[in-house]
Amino acid sequence: MYPAAFDYHRPGSVEEVIQILSDNPEAKIIAGGHSLLPAMKLRLAAPGALVDLGGIDGLTGVAVNGSASIGAMTTYDDAMASDDLAASFAALHEAISHVGDIQVRNRGTIGGSAAHADPAADTTAALVAHGAEFVAQGPNGERTISADDFFVDLFMTALEPEEVLTKINLPAPADNTSSAYKKFAHPASGYPVCGVAAVVTRDGSGNVTAARVVATGSTLTPTRLAGVENAITGTAGDADAVEAAAANASEGVNEWAGDHYASSEYREHLTKVFAKRALNAALGND
Amino acid sequence: MQVSMTVNGQERSGEVEPRTLLVHFLRENLGLTGTHIGCDTSQCGACTIHLNGKAVKSCTVLAVQANGADVTTIEGMAKDGELHPIQEGFWEEHGLQCGYCTPGMIMTTADLLKRNPNPTEAEIRHGIEGNLCRCTGYQHIVKSVQWAADKMAAQSGD
Repeated sequence: MYPAAFDYHRPGSVEEVIQILSDNPEAKIIAGGHSLLPAMKLRLAAPGALVDLGGIDGLTGVAVNGSASIGAMTTYDDAMASDDLAASFAALHEAISHVGDIQVRNRGTIGGSAAHADPAADTTAALVAHGAEFVAQGPNGERTISADDFFVDLFMTALEPEEVLTKINLPAPADNTSSAYKKFAHPASGYPVCGVAAVVTRDGSGNVTAARVVATGSTLTPTRLAGVENAITGTAGDADAVEAAAANASEGVNEWAGDHYASSEYREHLTKVFAKRALNAALGND
Repeated sequence: MQVSMTVNGQERSGEVEPRTLLVHFLRENLGLTGTHIGCDTSQCGACTIHLNGKAVKSCTVLAVQANGADVTTIEGMAKDGELHPIQEGFWEEHGLQCGYCTPGMIMTTADLLKRNPNPTEAEIRHGIEGNLCRCTGYQHIVKSVQWAADKMAAQSGD
């Protein structure tokens, strides 16, 4: 299968990318290409031009020093190799390990996946749970988009057409913060039918003081489960408290994803189950 | 567009359309038909090659993206007329029936064993999850990988 014909650009700087995007509304950015190329081969996408970020220095790498900074072009595999990321941002590290297979993780990028905003991406839920900040460069300079504002709808982010996602920053976790990601994988594709990332912070006596619990796969965008977050906060975070909190997963969620494989009712149910599993794992209740 | 890359240690170049997939460039421009096209949808792994030392599915990389890269295909695995230990393992343990998936299996196994020279059976099965075989049920493939791991460990101990 061939994609439809396109012009190919491989600029050496982000500024050039922005210029090409500004000059050519038909152009689309290609990072690792592991979402875009399959879509182009199926002719679901036919951009008139591709702007390859692969020739630009400085867009790769993971730096962890309390907070973390992940270059948008960092492959899943390179991010997985970061022990510091695994230690401080376990939910994201686990989510990355669930993406595709070795070959896909060798080529697919964290930033590409975020900008693509597939509703069944693994990493997006973890990024939102860790409170990621998305750094974008555009014609008017650089801006930072918060995790809660970045994912707008199915395959749609807050990025403007002429903007380039350059890095993703994760704020330093508070003391006594732990996290986990749990998913129900589609048996054929491996994509999450439902995945939940949970990041929880406890005080000195073990009570939960803050929680971010985010669903993917079962929702149209990575969605914070406010009912679960509110219900677990202030509790001792034991298995009973988690069980009770996870039952509130539907609260505030307006629409559930559903298709011929898994209905929206089923995915809503799975979200409760996996909110429980992710919270129990994050809180060490397993 | 003109693309050049190092393929199995040799400088190779050719003229391609931007939409040419790396697997087509390898097979059709360079005649390296050991790399197979299976599903063509990034799932089956038959087209797996090494791009700058890492296993990737060459049906999901544009030839122009590989410009200047170092590529290894199944044709580059045997050295001086001797099979690579992974190839030998698939021979010895009957890791194939029809053989269609085998080049991809071998290229993924090479990446797997580089990361984890002594994988458990579970780690092997997880490691080759991106490669589909419709003949063997994977039992003999797992044994082939184990055979190769043992042989490579013995060789590196020499």
